[in-house]
Order: sequence, then C-alpha cells, then structure tokens
Amino acid sequence: MASPTPHIWEDDIYNSFKKAGVSQIPYVPDAGHAHLIRRVHANPDMHPIVLTTEEEGVASSCGAWLGGKKSVLLMQSSGVGNCVNMLSLVTNCNFPFLTIVSMRGEFGEFNSWQVPMARATRTSFEMMGVEVMRCNSPGEVGPTVDAALYATFASEQKIAILLSQRLIGRKEW
Amino acid sequence: MSQQITIERRKAVKHLLRNRDDMLVVCGLGSSTYDVYAAGDHHANFYLWGAMGGAVMIGLGLALAEPDRQVMVITGDGEALMGVGGLATVAAQKPNNLSIAVLDNGHFGETGMQKSHTSLGVDLAKIAAGCGFVGCQTIYDYDGIDAFIHKPNDPSGPRLAVVKITTENPSRALPNVDGVYIKTRLRQWLGHQPC
Repeated sequence: MASPTPHIWEDDIYNSFKKAGVSQIPYVPDAGHAHLIRRVHANPDMHPIVLTTEEEGVASSCGAWLGGKKSVLLMQSSGVGNCVNMLSLVTNCNFPFLTIVSMRGEFGEFNSWQVPMARATRTSFEMMGVEVMRCNSPGEVGPTVDAALYATFASEQKIAILLSQRLIGRKEW
Repeated sequence: MSQQITIERRKAVKHLLRNRDDMLVVCGLGSSTYDVYAAGDHHANFYLWGAMGGAVMIGLGLALAEPDRQVMVITGDGEALMGVGGLATVAAQKPNNLSIAVLDNGHFGETGMQKSHTSLGVDLAKIAAGCGFVGCQTIYDYDGIDAFIHKPNDPSGPRLAVVKITTENPSRALPNVDGVYIKTRLRQWLGHQPC
C-alpha cells in the first residue's frame, strides 16, 4: 500500500520537536503520524523507538526524563486504553508527559471496532490526571504542540493532544 | 536434568551491585525493590512500587538518555513477563549500556507464591535471545553473577541474565515510597535541575 499523503501540520509537529529539543520519540505507528515518523527517523539527533504496545512508551518517557531528556509518545486512539495503569507512574512521580494521539473512530469511520476506544479516549486520559487538548484544523496544530511542549517540560505537566479524524482525513476502504 | 537452585535473592542482588560505581539502577516493584534497597540505598536507584511491567522500559529510556553510564534493571520474573514485549523493543534499540537481571523464583512472591510462567516451561533467557539480546544466560551460582557484572559495555548490544533464585521470602526492606522524591533525587544526582 502506498504511504499516506503527508500533512503540512506533521512538519509543524516535527519543527516543534526540533525547536524544543525532543530527543526520544516512542511510537506505535499510525497512518496519521507516518510522515512525522519518517522525519524523526531521518534525524540522527532523535531516537525513534518502535513499541510493541503503547504503555511501553509511557514508561520509556519517564526513564528519559530521569536522564534529563524530553520524550513525546505518538499513538492512535485505539492504544490509549493500553496506557491506563502505566499512567500511574506519571501521576504518582509527577513526571512530565506528552502524547500526540491520532483519532480514529469518530468521523465517518468504516471500521466500527475503532469506535469504542475513540469514545473512551478523553475519559481515559482525564481519569488518570492527563489534560486533553484537541486540534480540529491544520492551523491549530503547531501552536498547540508548541504550547503543550512548553507546559510539559517547563513545569512537569501531563498532556494529551488529540488530532481529530476530521483533521487527519477519513481512511478510505 | 534441571539444575539445583541455591542462590538467595538478597545475596544475588548484593553481588549484582558490588562495584556498582555510578551505575544507575531501576528495580521492579515488590521483592526486587526491597532487595536493591537492602543492598544499600543510593541516589542512583529508582525504586518502583507500582507500574508493573514498566521497569525494562524505564531502563531503556534512561539508558538512551545517559549513553555514557551503565544502567541496570533488576526485576522479577512476574514483572518481566508483564512487560515481555519491552524485551523486543529494547533489542531493536540495541543500547550497549543496558543490562537486565531477572531474579527468577518462578513465582509471584508478593501475592501468595502462585507459580509464574517460568515454573511452567517459559524460558525468559531464550525469549531475550530470540529478540536479539547478546550473551543471554541463565545463572545458577554466584560466580555466574560476578562474571555477568564484569562485562560492561558489550559493544554488540544489551545484555540479559536470568538469575535462578530460591523461593525463600526474606522480610521486607522498604525504601521511601514517595515517587516524586525518588525521581527528583535521581535527577539531582545526575545534575538535572528540578522544575
């Protein structure tokens, strides 16, 4: 299958990472992040970390911060539920935490299996003490990521940015 | 024929941590945390009281962030099994400053000594070898532990040892339970400012 068309806002996210000095990018892949993941792999100063499951990236991000490095976790909404218990590490130790989540199952979704976790995404983060920000249009992405990076690593906040399915585009079947 | 298991867990961890210098240590919740604390408290220890399945991945993030230091994860068979996918993730990154020691008594010691998978045929050293860890080994004596710790910085990648320990259950040795304190203490020791 051909790679998904890059979105211009994926470059905005990459540039924000570079500017903020994000050095570890753990991810479970999603088409919505494909271009960003390619760019991260092309930068020798960034460590892309492919995961077997999303909670691994919660834990590795905490380890990175112990060593003074910034990490941002990339995943899709279907993986958010996997993170719930590991987020107790973030909350209990007051680690900084930032994740960028591409949404499936919320806008013209064909695959109904994606819908339950999409509906539970915001609740899952909020019940574990993670603030949720959401981007619906391309122009919002860069400023939102910039603001979240600053808040996360300047004052150890916990933030999830949801990229709406309308922004990413419906998956064609 | 299976080998006889005689290694005691507290003594095993003392062997793992002697001559530790400035090695960073992440330990899995439960007995591994008690054992590491009993071997001597240290600012470079990150004790877990929860987040089961996360020790190896915390170790990976730390090892990538601190490539010039040795990082050791000391955890139990149950904790390692819960995060077993993390072994694949670590092996794919190939950090040559990360060592993992699994204290394997084949049981869930904190919850009533139910048998774990490693009592039922699962071999964590073989899993790690299949993932791509180098020099995977199962250790049955203290000399084996000493040999394991004296090979730092293997250039070919992360190392893992399964240390077979008896099912004795020494009394708990409890480090500070305050996660913020443990985190900040380690970061300060490494020279990172608190936020």
